[in-house]
Amino acid sequence: MDGQHDLGGKLGYGPVAVESNEPVFHHAWEGLAFALNMVSIGRLRAYNADAYRHSVERVPGYLTMSYYERLLTGVTTLLVAGGVVDLSEIEGLAGGRVPVSGPVAPSIRLGSEHFADSEIGRARFAMGDLVVVTATPTQGHTRCPAYLRGAAGVIEQVYALAHVPEVRAHSSARCREHTYAVMFEACKLWPQDAAASTSHTVTVDVFESYLEPQIEPQIDGSLGTKLTEGAPT
Amino acid sequence: MNSQSNTPNDLGVANSAPVLPGVVAPVADVAARAEALRNALVTRNLVAAEALNEVVHEFNDVLTPRNGAIVVARCWIDSAFRARFLANATAASAELGIAGPEGKRMRALENTATVHNVIVCTQCSCTAWPLIGLPPDWYKSAPYRSRVVREARNVLEEMGLPLSVDIEIRVWDTTGDTRYVVLPLRPQDTETWDEDQLRSLITRECLIGVALPLVR
Repeated sequence: MDGQHDLGGKLGYGPVAVESNEPVFHHAWEGLAFALNMVSIGRLRAYNADAYRHSVERVPGYLTMSYYERLLTGVTTLLVAGGVVDLSEIEGLAGGRVPVSGPVAPSIRLGSEHFADSEIGRARFAMGDLVVVTATPTQGHTRCPAYLRGAAGVIEQVYALAHVPEVRAHSSARCREHTYAVMFEACKLWPQDAAASTSHTVTVDVFESYLEPQIEPQIDGSLGTKLTEGAPT
Repeated sequence: MNSQSNTPNDLGVANSAPVLPGVVAPVADVAARAEALRNALVTRNLVAAEALNEVVHEFNDVLTPRNGAIVVARCWIDSAFRARFLANATAASAELGIAGPEGKRMRALENTATVHNVIVCTQCSCTAWPLIGLPPDWYKSAPYRSRVVREARNVLEEMGLPLSVDIEIRVWDTTGDTRYVVLPLRPQDTETWDEDQLRSLITRECLIGVALPLVR
């Protein structure tokens, strides 16, 4: 979805604040919230990682909450939605209102019964192929960053099959496809930026269904040369 | 709002009824919310409190950047291991007993004299937990996630790592199943250092790519 979480390339957030000697968890409840998510996914099998990510993406006020408060809100939402706990019970135990994520888009819920198992065994693209990102905005979960829409890049490496996020966040269907490390030039992603120089690339893990071959090459061969220079030895 | 039905694909949940139309009850303290969820699961015998404590212990004490330092230092003194780490970071880490969640598809990114690598997850917080541990707050923050893909050189300079324009910056956005770790260059004047001394140079920030190992 065009989510509040999809931050790549957005402007106006200011400098990065680094805390020296930062602990893993600042408060005991942060570790507890994190552990509740790990156990809910790994042991209870109450939901999967994509459903978790999508739940957090729908937390109202995402950017006003700390990371672990968002996490806790996303976990609470899924455990209530899955019938594992009751919201009224949690609110009673907590002594106040318990925020939850916003609803899944109605179109996704209506279409969810149509998700089918599938697996694409053979990778459609090979290292060095020129590709363009054709994924369009979705109301549900996606792992295609908005800053890549319409962008032209080159396949840097072919990765193994992975669960399609659009399917796994919304259904129990087993659907996997190849992902690729696709390299993009920052100066092509943000052509008006002085800061995005030619000596700066962004390589993104891109699912196969987000990609089409470039018919008219939109990037020159120099990016391909960079690949061979930087290939793993 | 009224509560909604809870079908498996209906992950939307409505809040409980407000006190008055347009007026909502105060939000419970966040620690109390976490404890309420734990207590509800423990009461149902779905989760043991000890199991939750074990997770916290694992991420406080076992899955830490110390593991990344062990692997990188080994790469610096053992070229055969280094080649295996670059070919398959998960398998090479396992040789040293280092493995864990978010570590099934780890890939090492090799810094050279002309290429510097830096990692981000623009959409959430994906990290190679077995080698880097849980990421710090700045890595999960909006400024870092929004800016490093677009103006990496500025962000690195602000974070204390000014890089010459001759050095190509490669940003890696973790949007799939691959989890990255940066393999920094061994600093000069460390030829006589032993493996333990070398490990002390390698911080979490070096493994993410916003700092370099520094000999003080």
